[in-house]
Amino acid sequence: MDLHALTPYTPRSRPARWLERRLPIVGLVHSSFIAYPTPRNLNYWWTFGGILTFMLAVQIVTGVVLAMHYVPDATLAFDSVESIMRDVNYGWLIRYIHSNGASMFFIAVYIHMFRGLYYGSYKEPREVLWILGVILFLLMVATAFLGYVLPWGQMSFWAATVITNLFSAIPVIGEPITTWLWGGFSVDSPTLNRFFSLHYLLPFMIAGVVVLHIWALHVPGNNNPLGIQVKSRQDVLPFHPYYTSKDGFGLALFILLFAWFVFYQPNYLAHPDNYIPADPLQTPAHIVPEWYFLPFYAILRAIPDKLGGVIAFGGAIAVLFFVPWLDTSKVRSARFRPLYRQFFWILVATCIGLGYLGSQAPEGGYLLASRILTAYYFAHFLIIMPLLGFIEKPKPLPTSISQPVLTPGAAAAQAPPGAH
Amino acid sequence: MEETKTAEPSRRDFLYVATVSVGAIGVALVAWPLIHQMNPDAAALALATTEVDISGIEPGMAVTVKWRGKPVFIRNRTDAEIAEARAVPLADLKDRDARNANLDGGADATDENRASGPDGRFLVMVGVCTHLGCVPLGEAGNFGGWFCPCHGSHYDTAGRIRTGPAPQNLEIPVLDFSDSMLRIG
Ligand code: HEM
Ligand code: FES
Repeated sequence: MDLHALTPYTPRSRPARWLERRLPIVGLVHSSFIAYPTPRNLNYWWTFGGILTFMLAVQIVTGVVLAMHYVPDATLAFDSVESIMRDVNYGWLIRYIHSNGASMFFIAVYIHMFRGLYYGSYKEPREVLWILGVILFLLMVATAFLGYVLPWGQMSFWAATVITNLFSAIPVIGEPITTWLWGGFSVDSPTLNRFFSLHYLLPFMIAGVVVLHIWALHVPGNNNPLGIQVKSRQDVLPFHPYYTSKDGFGLALFILLFAWFVFYQPNYLAHPDNYIPADPLQTPAHIVPEWYFLPFYAILRAIPDKLGGVIAFGGAIAVLFFVPWLDTSKVRSARFRPLYRQFFWILVATCIGLGYLGSQAPEGGYLLASRILTAYYFAHFLIIMPLLGFIEKPKPLPTSISQPVLTPGAAAAQAPPGAH
Repeated sequence: MEETKTAEPSRRDFLYVATVSVGAIGVALVAWPLIHQMNPDAAALALATTEVDISGIEPGMAVTVKWRGKPVFIRNRTDAEIAEARAVPLADLKDRDARNANLDGGADATDENRASGPDGRFLVMVGVCTHLGCVPLGEAGNFGGWFCPCHGSHYDTAGRIRTGPAPQNLEIPVLDFSDSMLRIG
């Protein structure tokens, strides 16, 4: 069966035929986003890919506009952001969209990643797709960190100091690397200036990797809530209008939440100390990163050793690259994996718990709890995931995607686990 | 194309290796300026010393000055603080190195090796936590010295790390006392 035969593109007008013979771009868009065969059973957790693409566009548009007014110099940066807020026409709106946009971006990416973990979307044949996703996440982390430094408030400055100092933990070459990153002997104007340059660059690299990510998606096609392969024409629907409208509806709800933050709680997710200009001689009593970095921050602080903390911090993201090979089960969707499904939710709770602990002082009970949760986080990926494939007995899988939809009574037929 | 199989490297092999080597050297030569431009520039290097008048700093007083963009703590310690620092056996220290740029590497972290000024009353250190670079608070922490609020490192009255994630004692920069003037760097 040739799925791409789903209403192929045929240019109708002469100019369209002319263009298509020279650059078949309309046909590419048609086969990728209009006729593209999509499993008919995708739920709303699948709308976050589109939402993420939208958020990238929002950040680029608002960012380019902010860059028209922002000055990347240690003596002027803070005031230029204040002038964006007070003097520039609609500057307050654009900045609040950009700063809350970063948070919304991370809400979407975390949902998107947990969706992948729940439905086993990283498994054969989607390993490369997953790895590109982890790279996108890393680039987002870097971009958001660099951006957060730009307003040059107290949190900006001390976040830049603490994070660049992570590199000083590397034996021998750590100190020269840190000096090189700073362009001086501490975080200062040269650092701010290069961070601005890179903060401008990375989103376009993200856009490039997004193209690869979608390419790697369109070769094997979408996974779906049942985690079984598409088998017939009956299992799929053309992307347009079915999923353009579903994604559009999901996006509209997401924008509603986004707008609520921008217009009613624009500083709810921010930290008041970042409205105090950077002071290199005084660290605020409680420095905390933005909410989306808190779980990783808790892991960093859980280890009582400088290098060890940095390794755990990096390892917490690096372990995600290996998930396709750490999961030994052949069954993709957690719907048919009674044990994995429970461990999945424990992992979600662990990450939320680490996020809470990351916002608290690293003392006493909090410190102990973050050590336990850090150990559990790694155990989930390095011990539980590999073992479950051997001890878990999966539930029977449906024979096809369309079967439970078209004959509701006959769900979960006799197909042996893994036979898909 | 015909390939002659001989044990001797052919003229083609030689040209191939030579071309790739020259290309690799060329790439490295271009890469270095692109990397090195990020290191501290001439202006940043020129600002590398700071002078302070310390005559007004009485026992128990401390001032913080800026050197190379970083805070430097200058503390005229009280007798009690000095006595406390001297009483600590080396074995109790997490980092036994003096971390004093005025001494040879490997000097012990005794109070004598860390203190400075006319009669060892002064303690002059870079006020940057050796963990991840926050500025510790003075006269605080479990050892009466400095406490870093970021991730909980405690330093004693000689600026030596006692507990917490910081790996090293607070760094002592190159110092030059002449009468009431102190030059840092
Ligand atoms: C992946 C996309 C992006 C993310 C996640 C992101 C994130 C951030 C964050 C968290 C801030 C700090 C906001 C604040 O507290 O004020 C910021 C500031 C800034 N960003 Fe971005 N950004 C992105 C793309 C861009 C792009 C493409 C530009 C284009 C030049 C840009 C330009 C700026 C400027 C000029 C500021 C400083 C003004 C301000 O603080 O509001 N950003 N960014
Ligand atoms: S920076 Fe001082 S304890 Fe981490």
